[in-house]
Amino acid sequence: MCLGLPGRLVDTTVDRGTPMGVVDFGGATRSVCLTFTPEAEPGQYVIVHAGVAIAILDEAAAAESLDLFAEMGLTDPDSARGMA
Amino acid sequence: MTDPSTWSCPLPLADQPVITMAHGGGGQRSADLVEHLFLPAFGPAAAGAALTDAAVVELGPGRVACTTDSYVVQPLFFPGGDIGTLAINGTVNDLAMVGARPRVLTTAFVLEEGLELAVLDRIARSMGRAAAAADVRLLAGDTKVIERSSGDGLYITTSGIGTVDPDITLEPAQIQPGDRILVSGPIGRHGVAVLSRREGLEFGTTIESDCAPLHDLVQTLLAGGTTTRALRDLTRGGLATALCELAETASVGIEFDEALVPVPEPVRAACGFLGLDPLVVANEGTMVAFVAPSDAEHALATMHAHHRGRGAAIIGEVVAENPGSVVARTALGGRRVVLRPLGEQLPRIC
Amino acid sequence: MKYVAEFGAPELAQRLLDEIRATVTQPWTLMEVCGGQTHAIISHGIDQLLPESVELVHGPGCPVCVTPLALIDQSLAIAARPEVIFCSFGDMLRVPGSASDLYRVRAEGGDVRVVYSPLDAVELAAANPDREVVFFGVGFETTAPANALAIRTARDRGLGNFSVLISHVLVPPAIEAIVTSPDCRVDAFLAAGHVCTVMGLDQYEPLAQAHGVPIIVTGFEPLDVLDGIRRALGQLERGEAVVENAYPRAVQAAGNAAARATLEDVFETTDRQWRGIGTIDRSGWRLRPPYRAFDAAIRFAVDEITAPESERCQAGAVLQGHIRPTECPAFGEECTPASPLGAPMVSAEGACAAYYSHRRVDLRRREGTARANHS
Repeated sequence: MCLGLPGRLVDTTVDRGTPMGVVDFGGATRSVCLTFTPEAEPGQYVIVHAGVAIAILDEAAAAESLDLFAEMGLTDPDSARGMA
Repeated sequence: MTDPSTWSCPLPLADQPVITMAHGGGGQRSADLVEHLFLPAFGPAAAGAALTDAAVVELGPGRVACTTDSYVVQPLFFPGGDIGTLAINGTVNDLAMVGARPRVLTTAFVLEEGLELAVLDRIARSMGRAAAAADVRLLAGDTKVIERSSGDGLYITTSGIGTVDPDITLEPAQIQPGDRILVSGPIGRHGVAVLSRREGLEFGTTIESDCAPLHDLVQTLLAGGTTTRALRDLTRGGLATALCELAETASVGIEFDEALVPVPEPVRAACGFLGLDPLVVANEGTMVAFVAPSDAEHALATMHAHHRGRGAAIIGEVVAENPGSVVARTALGGRRVVLRPLGEQLPRIC
Repeated sequence: MKYVAEFGAPELAQRLLDEIRATVTQPWTLMEVCGGQTHAIISHGIDQLLPESVELVHGPGCPVCVTPLALIDQSLAIAARPEVIFCSFGDMLRVPGSASDLYRVRAEGGDVRVVYSPLDAVELAAANPDREVVFFGVGFETTAPANALAIRTARDRGLGNFSVLISHVLVPPAIEAIVTSPDCRVDAFLAAGHVCTVMGLDQYEPLAQAHGVPIIVTGFEPLDVLDGIRRALGQLERGEAVVENAYPRAVQAAGNAAARATLEDVFETTDRQWRGIGTIDRSGWRLRPPYRAFDAAIRFAVDEITAPESERCQAGAVLQGHIRPTECPAFGEECTPASPLGAPMVSAEGACAAYYSHRRVDLRRREGTARANHS
């Protein structure tokens, strides 16, 4: 269930009262409904499911996750070397 | 490219801006269509031809290859091509994959009543240009008209004949463990280009169809002296289908590294939000080559030096294990079975 | 940050795998609830990278697998009507009903169209005022906001020719049904990240507490899935059972307030039948009375259509993790991807289809293969 892809909001408009936006998934762009993320601004990334944005991605949280992963497995000398 | 809105039809077609049942009746209207639309649009590729029911042609001694294919794409026009370029290049490539030099093609049209002549003219001109570019002649033809029905507009069938040099044999049975697998360029472009214009799915993309003739790349590869076992163009069902079919036919296993398969970023993006796998998306100007291991690097260099093979890559090899199966090594170091898709590729939510 | 490639980095995956290997001391069975996670696990080969003592069970989080047979039959009856344009996500076209599927209905003259979004179906309704446009509103909490929005948009634009065949199902009741089943062998759950993006975490705390199971809200990129597995195993080894959010960039504790408000406005909770599993109390949504005029089941009077489930198909036991697909007597014999008896054999990542495609191939890594030659 629930294929949701992050894409960068590049433009916002209002269509018959509905907030809409153009989202760039990295070379493929699609019109997306922003009713559930009305505060989304161009430049931010949103998760799109079935043509509707369901979340604005939290960049700080994403960076924190990646930092956490990068600190793991340091007890293993092989991966520690791989990271250096 | 001719802009259909500026197209002006020479008499006596001007009073009939759309296809009617009379155009398929074999009478004057049919003849008008050939004389005033197809022949001028096909241009030099049909020079000296009458596009009648049959044609006689001198091909010289030796073996010939023959093929036939029908083209039913929707929409008719897509970024990088149209049904006309597809109908020429697809059949040229079917000949190229058995090592033939394409020589002559026949064209058959099934037209839907109501099709605008301007649209047909634009497509026929594309065919003329594609045939000239592939150096094939358009000799015989046929036109039928069906009652207004599905709204698809037209279908094209092209048949082709090519000549095969004496020492060339390309067939899956020659594939053996150890052979390297080369893909001639980035995959997924045609399918994504077509999907981007399909009703109900429209999305923006810079991707254009890879629709192109491959025979010159093939001849260059073969002339380079590489031991090439088999070729396959990656049409419907994409790379996954081609590899699965060849693994089954040759009773060998195939393994490849997913990270080595060239996938343009916009193709990956479109496949991402539609839920498709780039490996199963169609191509119309990209092939795989199975090459003896000692010749693989040379074959790659040969492809890179050709304008249709600049994006080529060695992606994997033939193995003895798991005959009939295709296994992808993932970027994480995992492995997965690659399957032939069961049907058409549809966007999914799951 | 583009949020995709970063979360597939092989060197970080290796670190997570190292951590997982260092954590596990005994066998554990984890269920990834969502079909999207199953897809990630299979397509990245994650299942083969885990220690052998960790077993992943594919859960019921796939609308293809759990939409009840009767509803498929209802969709086919509506799609066959000449005045109807029947719109669906591509997922549902091959799902077998009692005697047919949407592909076959289309081949027999039905106007069946695949759309990317339910909002595209609303546009079709606006463009075809003389036709009835019906959207097949399947899916979980992630998809429900889009469907609710489509219904509200149709109402606001006065599109009386639009309706939705609703079959929404909910994750928490399904987890509860699985964990309370006497045959349950699942030790921890990877909850569906995008469901929680919409709904938040509050429904999961009581489940974890009451049943003593770790529930890890998990995303869909390789590192997300590995982190979900790592956290689940960590809790199990430490004897904990709490809700953890392993997808914080996309999941807030309260979910998406605007989406939840719309869901609350359009839908009300109802008992739902799950294909192969049976009826689960309060496990789905139906339209609230003010929106019933958009209910296609009522408009086309198909809600009387019922269908007995196949007696040979053990999909329910598979989806709840009670048996492995290969333990079903029909598996691979009368039930194959080309001719599926039950829904988990339909989509490539369906639990049964995944087993079917893998069992014929030995996927163990062989040392010294040609990989070294060009990696």
